[in-house]
Amino acid sequence: MRILYFAWLREKIGKSEEELALPPEVETAGALVEWLKALGPGYEAAFARPKLVRCAVDQDFAAPDAVIAGATEIAFFPPVTGG
Amino acid sequence: MARIVVQEADFDAGAEIARLNVAGVGGIGSFIGTVRDDGGLKALHLEHYAGMTERAIAKIVAEAESRWPLLGCTVIHRAGRLMPGENIVFVAAASAHRDAALSATAFLIDWLKTSAPFWKREEFVSGASEWVAAREADEAAVKAWDRA
Repeated sequence: MRILYFAWLREKIGKSEEELALPPEVETAGALVEWLKALGPGYEAAFARPKLVRCAVDQDFAAPDAVIAGATEIAFFPPVTGG
Repeated sequence: MARIVVQEADFDAGAEIARLNVAGVGGIGSFIGTVRDDGGLKALHLEHYAGMTERAIAKIVAEAESRWPLLGCTVIHRAGRLMPGENIVFVAAASAHRDAALSATAFLIDWLKTSAPFWKREEFVSGASEWVAAREADEAAVKAWDRA
Protein backbone atom coordinates (compact mmCIF):
# COMPACT_ATOMS: atom_id res chain seq x y z
CA MET A 1 0.00 0.00 0.00
CA ARG A 2 1.23 3.49 -0.83
CA ILE A 3 1.55 5.72 2.24
CA LEU A 4 2.07 9.49 1.89
CA TYR A 5 3.17 12.05 4.48
CA PHE A 6 2.83 15.83 4.31
CA ALA A 7 4.12 18.94 6.12
CA TRP A 8 5.67 18.23 9.54
CA LEU A 9 4.71 14.56 9.43
CA ARG A 10 6.84 14.26 6.29
CA GLU A 11 9.71 16.06 8.04
CA LYS A 12 9.56 13.94 11.20
CA ILE A 13 9.35 10.66 9.27
CA GLY A 14 11.99 11.81 6.79
CA LYS A 15 10.20 10.79 3.61
CA SER A 16 7.22 11.91 1.58
CA GLU A 17 5.99 8.48 0.59
CA GLU A 18 6.68 4.77 0.81
CA GLU A 19 5.25 1.44 -0.30
CA LEU A 20 4.46 -0.84 2.65
CA ALA A 21 3.04 -4.35 2.92
CA LEU A 22 0.58 -4.22 5.81
CA PRO A 23 -0.30 -7.22 7.98
CA PRO A 24 -3.96 -8.27 7.62
CA GLU A 25 -4.84 -7.21 11.16
CA VAL A 26 -4.24 -3.54 10.22
CA GLU A 27 -7.79 -2.88 9.05
CA THR A 28 -8.43 0.80 9.77
CA ALA A 29 -6.62 4.12 9.40
CA GLY A 30 -6.30 4.30 13.18
CA ALA A 31 -4.79 0.82 13.37
CA LEU A 32 -2.36 1.82 10.64
CA VAL A 33 -1.21 4.77 12.76
CA GLU A 34 -0.51 2.43 15.68
CA TRP A 35 1.37 0.04 13.39
CA LEU A 36 3.43 2.85 11.82
CA LYS A 37 4.39 4.21 15.26
CA ALA A 38 6.34 1.02 15.90
CA LEU A 39 8.49 1.47 12.78
CA GLY A 40 10.92 3.90 14.40
CA PRO A 41 11.41 7.06 16.44
CA GLY A 42 10.57 9.35 13.51
CA TYR A 43 7.18 7.66 13.10
CA GLU A 44 6.62 7.72 16.83
CA ALA A 45 7.31 11.46 16.92
CA ALA A 46 5.08 12.14 13.90
CA PHE A 47 2.11 10.27 15.39
CA ALA A 48 2.72 11.23 19.04
CA ARG A 49 -0.33 13.53 19.13
CA PRO A 50 -3.15 11.78 17.24
CA LYS A 51 -5.41 14.83 17.53
CA LEU A 52 -3.03 16.72 15.24
CA VAL A 53 -3.04 14.07 12.55
CA ARG A 54 -5.55 13.91 9.70
CA CYS A 55 -5.93 11.13 7.17
CA ALA A 56 -7.11 10.62 3.60
CA VAL A 57 -7.96 7.24 2.08
CA ASP A 58 -7.68 7.24 -1.71
CA GLN A 59 -7.68 11.06 -1.67
CA ASP A 60 -10.82 11.52 0.43
CA PHE A 61 -10.69 12.73 4.04
CA ALA A 62 -11.22 9.78 6.37
CA ALA A 63 -11.82 9.21 10.09
CA PRO A 64 -9.60 6.92 12.21
CA ASP A 65 -12.19 4.14 12.00
CA ALA A 66 -12.19 4.22 8.18
CA VAL A 67 -11.58 0.78 6.69
CA ILE A 68 -8.46 0.72 4.53
CA ALA A 69 -8.82 -2.72 2.95
CA GLY A 70 -8.54 -2.41 -0.83
CA ALA A 71 -7.27 1.17 -0.71
CA THR A 72 -4.29 2.06 -2.87
CA GLU A 73 -3.20 5.30 -1.23
CA ILE A 74 -3.34 6.46 2.40
CA ALA A 75 -2.09 9.92 3.36
CA PHE A 76 -1.31 11.39 6.78
CA PHE A 77 -0.99 15.13 7.42
CA PRO A 78 -1.65 17.91 9.96
CA PRO A 79 -4.91 19.91 9.95
CA VAL A 80 -4.92 21.91 6.71
CA THR A 81 -3.93 25.59 6.65
CA GLY A 82 -4.52 26.76 3.08
CA GLY A 83 -6.60 29.60 1.73
CA MET B 1 -18.47 25.23 -15.52
CA ALA B 2 -16.20 25.76 -12.55
CA ARG B 3 -12.58 26.66 -13.17
CA ILE B 4 -10.20 25.10 -10.60
CA VAL B 5 -6.46 25.71 -10.85
CA VAL B 6 -3.51 24.93 -8.57
CA GLN B 7 -0.34 26.58 -9.80
CA GLU B 8 2.93 28.18 -8.71
CA ALA B 9 2.47 31.17 -11.01
CA ASP B 10 0.55 34.30 -10.05
CA PHE B 11 -2.93 34.98 -11.44
CA ASP B 12 -4.56 37.96 -13.12
CA ALA B 13 -7.62 38.69 -10.98
CA GLY B 14 -9.06 41.18 -13.47
CA ALA B 15 -8.89 38.69 -16.32
CA GLU B 16 -10.40 35.98 -14.13
CA ILE B 17 -13.33 38.18 -13.13
CA ALA B 18 -13.88 39.23 -16.77
CA ARG B 19 -14.00 35.57 -17.77
CA LEU B 20 -16.99 35.04 -15.42
CA ASN B 21 -19.01 37.88 -16.92
CA VAL B 22 -21.16 35.80 -19.26
CA ALA B 23 -24.78 36.17 -20.40
CA GLY B 24 -27.21 36.22 -17.48
CA VAL B 25 -24.65 37.28 -14.90
CA GLY B 26 -25.69 40.28 -12.83
CA GLY B 27 -23.06 40.09 -10.10
CA ILE B 28 -19.62 38.60 -9.49
CA GLY B 29 -18.22 38.20 -5.98
CA SER B 30 -14.48 37.74 -5.54
CA PHE B 31 -11.89 37.30 -2.81
CA ILE B 32 -8.09 37.45 -2.97
CA GLY B 33 -5.96 36.08 -0.13
CA THR B 34 -2.43 37.48 0.10
CA VAL B 35 0.72 36.78 2.11
CA ARG B 36 0.36 39.10 5.10
CA ASP B 37 3.51 41.10 5.75
CA ASP B 38 3.39 41.37 9.54
CA GLY B 39 7.08 42.07 10.00
CA GLY B 40 9.71 39.39 10.24
CA LEU B 41 8.20 37.14 7.59
CA LYS B 42 10.60 36.37 4.75
CA ALA B 43 8.49 33.93 2.75
CA LEU B 44 5.55 31.57 2.96
CA HIS B 45 5.81 28.01 1.66
CA LEU B 46 2.61 26.38 0.44
CA GLU B 47 2.72 22.58 0.28
CA HIS B 48 -0.23 20.62 -1.08
CA TYR B 49 -1.36 17.09 -1.81
CA ALA B 50 -1.12 16.94 -5.59
CA GLY B 51 -3.85 14.65 -6.82
CA MET B 52 -6.20 15.23 -3.92
CA THR B 53 -6.17 19.03 -3.98
CA GLU B 54 -8.20 19.64 -7.11
CA ARG B 55 -10.58 16.84 -6.19
CA ALA B 56 -11.15 18.38 -2.73
CA ILE B 57 -11.73 21.83 -4.22
CA ALA B 58 -14.16 20.36 -6.77
CA LYS B 59 -16.23 18.95 -3.90
CA ILE B 60 -16.34 22.35 -2.19
CA VAL B 61 -17.38 23.99 -5.47
CA ALA B 62 -20.09 21.36 -6.04
CA GLU B 63 -21.47 22.12 -2.57
CA ALA B 64 -21.56 25.85 -3.37
CA GLU B 65 -23.30 25.14 -6.68
CA SER B 66 -25.95 23.11 -4.84
CA ARG B 67 -26.63 25.98 -2.43
CA TRP B 68 -26.74 28.95 -4.80
CA PRO B 69 -27.76 29.43 -8.46
CA LEU B 70 -24.26 30.11 -9.78
CA LEU B 71 -23.50 30.84 -13.42
CA GLY B 72 -19.77 30.43 -12.96
CA CYS B 73 -17.15 29.87 -10.31
CA THR B 74 -13.36 30.09 -10.17
CA VAL B 75 -10.86 28.91 -7.55
CA ILE B 76 -7.13 29.44 -8.09
CA HIS B 77 -4.72 28.42 -5.31
CA ARG B 78 -1.00 28.99 -5.55
CA ALA B 79 1.64 26.60 -4.22
CA GLY B 80 5.37 26.89 -3.65
CA ARG B 81 7.38 29.74 -2.10
CA LEU B 82 5.53 33.08 -1.92
CA MET B 83 6.84 36.46 -0.76
CA PRO B 84 5.03 38.92 1.55
CA GLY B 85 2.38 40.83 -0.38
CA GLU B 86 2.03 38.17 -3.06
CA ASN B 87 -1.30 36.60 -3.97
CA ILE B 88 -2.09 33.18 -2.49
CA VAL B 89 -5.65 32.40 -3.48
CA PHE B 90 -8.42 33.70 -5.73
CA VAL B 91 -12.08 32.81 -5.36
CA ALA B 92 -14.93 34.19 -7.44
CA ALA B 93 -18.56 33.31 -8.00
CA ALA B 94 -20.96 34.72 -10.59
CA SER B 95 -24.73 34.73 -10.41
CA ALA B 96 -27.76 36.66 -11.64
CA HIS B 97 -27.92 38.56 -8.34
CA ARG B 98 -25.45 39.77 -5.74
CA ASP B 99 -26.70 37.75 -2.76
CA ALA B 100 -25.75 34.41 -4.30
CA ALA B 101 -22.46 35.73 -5.69
CA LEU B 102 -21.31 37.23 -2.39
CA SER B 103 -22.51 34.36 -0.20
CA ALA B 104 -20.97 31.70 -2.43
CA THR B 105 -17.65 33.56 -2.47
CA ALA B 106 -17.54 33.69 1.34
CA PHE B 107 -18.60 30.04 1.58
CA LEU B 108 -15.87 28.95 -0.86
CA ILE B 109 -13.02 30.68 0.96
CA ASP B 110 -14.25 29.50 4.39
CA TRP B 111 -14.38 25.90 3.20
CA LEU B 112 -11.09 26.11 1.32
CA LYS B 113 -9.37 26.98 4.58
CA THR B 114 -10.53 23.82 6.32
CA SER B 115 -11.07 21.28 3.53
CA ALA B 116 -8.38 21.71 0.86
CA PRO B 117 -5.12 19.86 1.57
CA PHE B 118 -2.68 22.78 1.77
CA TRP B 119 -0.13 23.46 4.50
CA LYS B 120 1.69 26.73 5.14
CA ARG B 121 5.20 27.01 6.54
CA GLU B 122 6.47 30.44 7.54
CA GLU B 123 10.09 31.33 6.87
CA PHE B 124 11.26 34.24 9.05
CA VAL B 125 13.93 36.86 8.46
CA SER B 126 15.64 35.54 11.62
CA GLY B 127 16.25 32.23 9.84
CA ALA B 128 13.65 30.36 11.88
CA SER B 129 10.92 28.40 10.15
CA GLU B 130 7.64 27.08 11.45
CA TRP B 131 4.50 25.28 10.22
CA VAL B 132 1.36 27.35 10.63
CA ALA B 133 -1.11 25.79 13.09
CA ALA B 134 -4.76 25.43 12.11
CA ARG B 135 -7.00 28.12 13.62
CA GLU B 136 -10.11 27.27 15.61
CA ALA B 137 -11.73 30.40 14.17
CA ASP B 138 -11.52 28.83 10.69
CA GLU B 139 -13.35 25.71 11.92
CA ALA B 140 -15.97 27.92 13.56
CA ALA B 141 -16.47 29.87 10.31
CA VAL B 142 -17.18 26.65 8.43
CA LYS B 143 -19.55 25.35 11.13
CA ALA B 144 -21.54 28.58 10.84
CA TRP B 145 -22.49 27.56 7.28
CA ASP B 146 -24.29 24.48 8.68
CA ARG B 147 -26.87 26.82 10.10
CA ALA B 148 -27.01 29.11 7.08
